[in-house]
Amino acid sequence: MSPKTLYDKIWDAHVAHEAEDGTCLLYIDRHLVHEVTSPQAFEGLRLAGRKVHAPDKTIAVPDHNVPTTLDRADPATMTEESRIQVEALDKNAKEFGVHYYPVSDIRQGIVHIVGPEQGWTLPGMTVVCGDSHTATHGAFGALAHGIGTSEVEHVLATQTLIQKKSKNMKVEITGKLNPGVTAKDVTLAIIGETGTGGGTGYVIEYCGEAIQSLSMEGRMTVCNMAIEGGARAGLIAPDETTYKYVNGRAHAPKGAQWEAAMDWWKTLFTDEGAHFDKVVTLRGEDIQPVVTWGTSPEDVLPITATVPNPEDFEGGKIEAARRSIEYMGLTPGQKLTDIEIDTVFIGSCTNGRIEDLRAVADVVKGKKIKDGMRAMIVPGSGLVRAQAEDEGLAEIFQDAGFEWRMAGCSMCLAMNPDQLSEGERCAATSNRNFEGRQGYKGRTHLVSPAMAAAAALTGKLTDIRELI
Amino acid sequence: MEKYTKLTGIAAPMPLVNIDTDMIIPKVFLKSIKRTGFGVNLFDEMRYNRDGTEIEDFVLNKPQYRKTEILIAGDNFGCGSSREHAPWAIADFGIKCVVSTSFADIFFNNCFKNGILPVVLPQEQVDLLMADAEKGENARMTVDLDAQEITTSDGDVITFDVDPFKKQCLLEGLDDIALTMAKSDTIKTFEEQAAQARPWV
Repeated sequence: MSPKTLYDKIWDAHVAHEAEDGTCLLYIDRHLVHEVTSPQAFEGLRLAGRKVHAPDKTIAVPDHNVPTTLDRADPATMTEESRIQVEALDKNAKEFGVHYYPVSDIRQGIVHIVGPEQGWTLPGMTVVCGDSHTATHGAFGALAHGIGTSEVEHVLATQTLIQKKSKNMKVEITGKLNPGVTAKDVTLAIIGETGTGGGTGYVIEYCGEAIQSLSMEGRMTVCNMAIEGGARAGLIAPDETTYKYVNGRAHAPKGAQWEAAMDWWKTLFTDEGAHFDKVVTLRGEDIQPVVTWGTSPEDVLPITATVPNPEDFEGGKIEAARRSIEYMGLTPGQKLTDIEIDTVFIGSCTNGRIEDLRAVADVVKGKKIKDGMRAMIVPGSGLVRAQAEDEGLAEIFQDAGFEWRMAGCSMCLAMNPDQLSEGERCAATSNRNFEGRQGYKGRTHLVSPAMAAAAALTGKLTDIRELI
Repeated sequence: MEKYTKLTGIAAPMPLVNIDTDMIIPKVFLKSIKRTGFGVNLFDEMRYNRDGTEIEDFVLNKPQYRKTEILIAGDNFGCGSSREHAPWAIADFGIKCVVSTSFADIFFNNCFKNGILPVVLPQEQVDLLMADAEKGENARMTVDLDAQEITTSDGDVITFDVDPFKKQCLLEGLDDIALTMAKSDTIKTFEEQAAQARPWV
């Protein structure tokens, strides 16, 4: 048998039907659902008189719209439209009988944090959600990607997706990471290298010593941003780190089932000599703490660099860079560490897990954020919040001057009341620096949790290595 | 879905690269629980001032492009989120075909579900169509999905590739859920086998 990649193996195990032209019906093991991209899909089912094919494999949680203030049980904290969306999910989850974590449940949180936390996400699975950051679940060696609402409806109705296989891409990070360099810097550095279109048409497998050394939290951060590099899915082969994280979670297999699962999971790796259509290799030692300067996630530079000149680029990127620099209110040649920050946002499906919060606490413990700084920490789930409180992190944050919020997507996409105002500049641990992403004319610099914490203290984009 | 027929219409040039889904439809408009009505907010932040007045030099606000049906766009169009509100807004505006050198995967798929044909062409051909689109409303292009051809206002013919299954779905306006449900026995058989092989799932 010819050698297979990890992606080939998971794909082959889930093809329910293949047509002559290669169009497949891919069986879906887990379907995650949130309130923004699902109402039209459920309505479609209703209109056609269809049921949810596998409600037991369907997990719903509201996250995008929900307020993150402590008083959010009060409906007045939500706009009318947001409330309608969340209520629609409440109703649909109940009517169609899918698993559901309502806002009032401590397990509620960002769908991509809740899935792994509850053990819904397991190695070798196919996982989809009407959200592009579904790539996150690839950290478990699961084939996970975002889908549109029509596809959400298709999966609800049939538990399959009509798919053609993507190409295989290997991204290897060799060696070790230097102090101050995190999973976020790794994933941003990769996008800086490949561009936002570099992974289009591919499924990425991340590998190499620097990747294997990451915790599950770090691996989720890396895979989360596969989509920002254009790849719908990113994968990391499961190993002892993965099994240890999964073992004992609410929906993880137990006893004999666990043993059977482990037998299969241990076959989930890329065979020696398997073919990759594209290979990118970075040296872990070369990666520095990075920051984005523009309005595309590919606009990545080491924190020690200066704002580029549009003329340094080629083709259509010249105009795009000019537009970005103007939008961001920067000057070519300006040192990135001279950029002053108004707001710090720590959270999101990229960096809203416990390890991220610990990294922030390490930087800010016993210190105060800069006067006038607006700084908020939004845990990725109610359970992350509870754990941070148990570990004493919440107290550190509050003593330093951070707002300590309830779980949700929050200012990552600013669909709830957490938004930037016009011209406000934010160091954010989220995943997109698009124009208007965090609020109309808001300015976003993507950074790691440690770098965001450092910026909160100094009031500027800051090289974390100066604080450790 | 309506059947996709041969289209002759105005093409608008949008050469900016990496036009993302937040630009196509900002998140403030994602709060609807309907699939329609998004066209007025297509490219909202590029198209309108904060007070709701139009930004005159934005391409779709120019008189000659107000009835655009074909968009000629820069590289990596539709990158970012999976929101189907992006193609819903494009379709609702009346655009039925987008041409670029590349599209983000999820957006690309979403287009086909909404009667929009995304066409990938090499840079030189996109440049040619971009130049043609610059001519304004007198330059009407024809997109013939059946023949897989785009004809410029000067009569130049460019051929394009399209996935045969997706092409058939567009041409015949097929409901792919119904198509898949017709294979429910196959799915059931797969589920039984999978339950044996991976009972923990």
